[in-house]
Amino acid sequence: MSRPGFVLEVDDRTPPLLVHEGEGFRLERFPTGTRVIYPPESLPGIRDIDAAIANALENPENSEPLRALLRPGMRLTIAFDDVSLPLPPMKRPDIRQRIMEQVLTLAAQAGVDDVEIIAALALHRRMMPSELQHALGERIYRSFAPQGLLYNHDAEDKDNLEFIGETEKGEEVEINKRAATSDLIVYVNINIVPMDGGHKSVPIGLASYRSLRHHHNSHTMVHSRSFMDAEKSAMHHSAWRMGRLLKEHVKIFTVETTLNNDIFPEPIGFMNKREWEWGVRDQANMLAAKRGIALAPKKLKRKIFEDVRSAYGITGVHAGETEAVHAKTLENCFKQQAVEVQGQTDVLIMGVPFIGPYNVNAVMNPILATCMGLGYFFNSYRNMPVVRKGGAVILYHPVQYEFNQLHHPSYVDFFEEVLAESTDPATIEKKFEKQYATDPWYIHLYRTSYAYHGVHPFYMWYWAAHAMDHVGDVVWVGGNRKAVERMGFRAASTLNDALEMVSHTVGRSPSITYTHNPPHLISDVR
Amino acid sequence: MMLALEMYRSLPRYVAAKAMGGRIPGVLTGPAAPIRLITRDAPKPRGPGWARVKPILSGICGSDLGAIFGHTSLYFSALVSMPFVPGHEVVGELMDDCEDLPKGTRVVLDSVLACAARGVEPCPSCESGNTNLCDRITVGHVSPGLQTGYCADTGGGWGGEFVAHRSQLYAVPEGLSDERAVLVEPIACAVHTALKANIPENGSVLVSGAGAVGLFVTLALRELTGAGRISVVAKHARQVELARAFGASDVLAPDEVPARVRRATSAFRLSPERGPEFLLGGVDVAIDAVGSKSSLDTVMRTTRAGGRVVLSGMPSTGADLSPVWFRELEMVGTYATAGAEAFGKAFELAAHAPLDGVVGGRYPLYRWREALDHAHSAGRLGTVKVAFDLRNS
Ligand SMILES: [Zn+2]
Ligand SMILES: [Zn+2]
Repeated sequence: MSRPGFVLEVDDRTPPLLVHEGEGFRLERFPTGTRVIYPPESLPGIRDIDAAIANALENPENSEPLRALLRPGMRLTIAFDDVSLPLPPMKRPDIRQRIMEQVLTLAAQAGVDDVEIIAALALHRRMMPSELQHALGERIYRSFAPQGLLYNHDAEDKDNLEFIGETEKGEEVEINKRAATSDLIVYVNINIVPMDGGHKSVPIGLASYRSLRHHHNSHTMVHSRSFMDAEKSAMHHSAWRMGRLLKEHVKIFTVETTLNNDIFPEPIGFMNKREWEWGVRDQANMLAAKRGIALAPKKLKRKIFEDVRSAYGITGVHAGETEAVHAKTLENCFKQQAVEVQGQTDVLIMGVPFIGPYNVNAVMNPILATCMGLGYFFNSYRNMPVVRKGGAVILYHPVQYEFNQLHHPSYVDFFEEVLAESTDPATIEKKFEKQYATDPWYIHLYRTSYAYHGVHPFYMWYWAAHAMDHVGDVVWVGGNRKAVERMGFRAASTLNDALEMVSHTVGRSPSITYTHNPPHLISDVR
Repeated sequence: MMLALEMYRSLPRYVAAKAMGGRIPGVLTGPAAPIRLITRDAPKPRGPGWARVKPILSGICGSDLGAIFGHTSLYFSALVSMPFVPGHEVVGELMDDCEDLPKGTRVVLDSVLACAARGVEPCPSCESGNTNLCDRITVGHVSPGLQTGYCADTGGGWGGEFVAHRSQLYAVPEGLSDERAVLVEPIACAVHTALKANIPENGSVLVSGAGAVGLFVTLALRELTGAGRISVVAKHARQVELARAFGASDVLAPDEVPARVRRATSAFRLSPERGPEFLLGGVDVAIDAVGSKSSLDTVMRTTRAGGRVVLSGMPSTGADLSPVWFRELEMVGTYATAGAEAFGKAFELAAHAPLDGVVGGRYPLYRWREALDHAHSAGRLGTVKVAFDLRNS
């Protein structure tokens, strides 16, 4: 049986603890009294995954079985989560492949032959052929891709969008035309955090900018407490309204899956464990990894990390009506990730790892590092933030002044032009967002190359809006000074320096909390 | 007799100076130096309408440095007479009555030596008021020389006195300091450039270069035209600051130009197999205020199809003209000024523009090596204009 999440108080017997910092990690000694929040250990994975999938499709939540929804002559569209999930990518076979093979088998048995498969990437970059093959497997890729029946959603293809209507709050709902005009959409989801899934899948994954801007904006993001808590997230409220409207127009059958915490494969499996329980072998692996990473040239180092494939266990497969399915998913997610934490802290410390949803096979640039630390990790709470209002956040990441030109062309310009003018999300939204969102070159690169949409860096910045609004101070340990300062933060070379720097905000003997992730955790702050 | 700096360049020296490359101290101290400080006879007035002028301040222009360096095209060798005293950005004092201007009047110089000064019948250009386009600059009772400062007979601003024709002189208004007055000639050239650039209302402009030429052109564009976004390419901190003060909407580092112009104009950006990037789309008008090959390349590659490229710096050779052909660019040169109108506007600008501290170095003639070295490195040293101060020379 796995053990629940755990809060450690650092004393003089506590060994140095592992902290992620981009393409590397360090062992840090924290001040005595620091609270360290560990995620629960991995839940056991389902033994027979294919049987679990078959069962979910046959006995869905609040819906007829999938086979009953299939009939000859119908239009069936299968949509699936893109390359941003899971992190790191999953060892083959990917769960999306397993589900889709069963869905396609059922469709074939029912005589459905109008089937299209769409990567629901919203404004993310398109998936490359190799990535599609990895997620869906050779068989599906070869049968569908060459005929143009497996493709990336294109949020800028005006001819292939369908306007559905407006919600009671005036939010415009516009999604992929093929999906909107199908008799059935089957959405195949991977839920790594409680933020994803539910009505975020179809109304967001298959939407256009016109539709997305109603919730992906600084105001909504500042008013989400947190993204991991759908009940308190203004963004989710908006997506939910859109989802309910959409449901009246098109039948959606949702399949959601949850993963356990086995994200680090051997030989870096020690990262999944608690330091004082490292065995001789873990110690040896840790030293070898640390040495290897320290010695590796930058390119090789990057490749080592980009090549990580995880052997996740699947903790749940649920299918059927979106909201009923999502309720089960959230239960599983929280069971795996929630840790009860007593009270807030003055200083929150977080290590930012090498990968986030938007830099698969690319360097994590400064904006994405910020989004990861202040957007995702900061928001990994229920009830209230781990750090008190006006407290300080200390992040570990090198924040290199480096951008991947293929995937993130508008990020470079955002960093150089927009952040030079202002770092305030509302200000930059007003002054720059529309220009970037409608820039024909970014649109061209999004549609034909592998670039994130021009507006994407704005969204990443907005993710961090709630944290920037909430905390008084942000310091990056080991961060490139120039890059960090451009974003309005400060850089320190050691934890002690960082604590010294934030002492103006939180005093000389602040309470300190370190959230020991990844693997992912959600602090349930009481 | 007077003290003067004299260009006595011969072709071998010209070639030698060119071979020295970018190291002006090497040129100035080495045997190839095409310039020397000497005592020589003062020039004599050339006829009616001529008078002697005693310079007060005399600027060092980019074109002067080009000549000393050997960067100037040999094209110009037919347009000068040797030896000559350089210096055409001058504020000085009349030593004689000059028609309606009494002795003692402070004047600035329009250096072009056109038909009126040469005592010949006006050529069509002069007739129409475009004295800078005069076709007679090698004839008449003055030796060949496109301007004062390139002519053996007139002397120039870098000497104790020179001679000028009434048609070249403008009285300096009371209250305009010498430090501002010495900038009137370069500002007049900038005014001419800004007007000649023919900017569409609210059009976007790229000014490549933030030396004196680029900065004054920026000022003139902002004050005298309906330009919308003016983007200025600047390298050094002080240039960035001044470009903003003179009206730039944004200031770009040289390596940011394609990316930033692309953003500002929603253009497409392409990289050829070799050579610099270019845009499909871009600014309405680009002004090259440097004259280097890379600056020329930049402006041609970031101007929209059908747009205009203005050569304001003295251009060097070797740029790739493909964009001019492929994008149907209009290419316009702007040389000196067309006379009274530009000078009138330049006086206004000189009176109220934020020009304090723009003349950042003043040297007596005998410190000419330092002065030229300073002028050569002006941008890096945070100086816009270096001048000879002849009050005590
Ligand atoms: Zn000049
Ligand atoms: Zn003439």
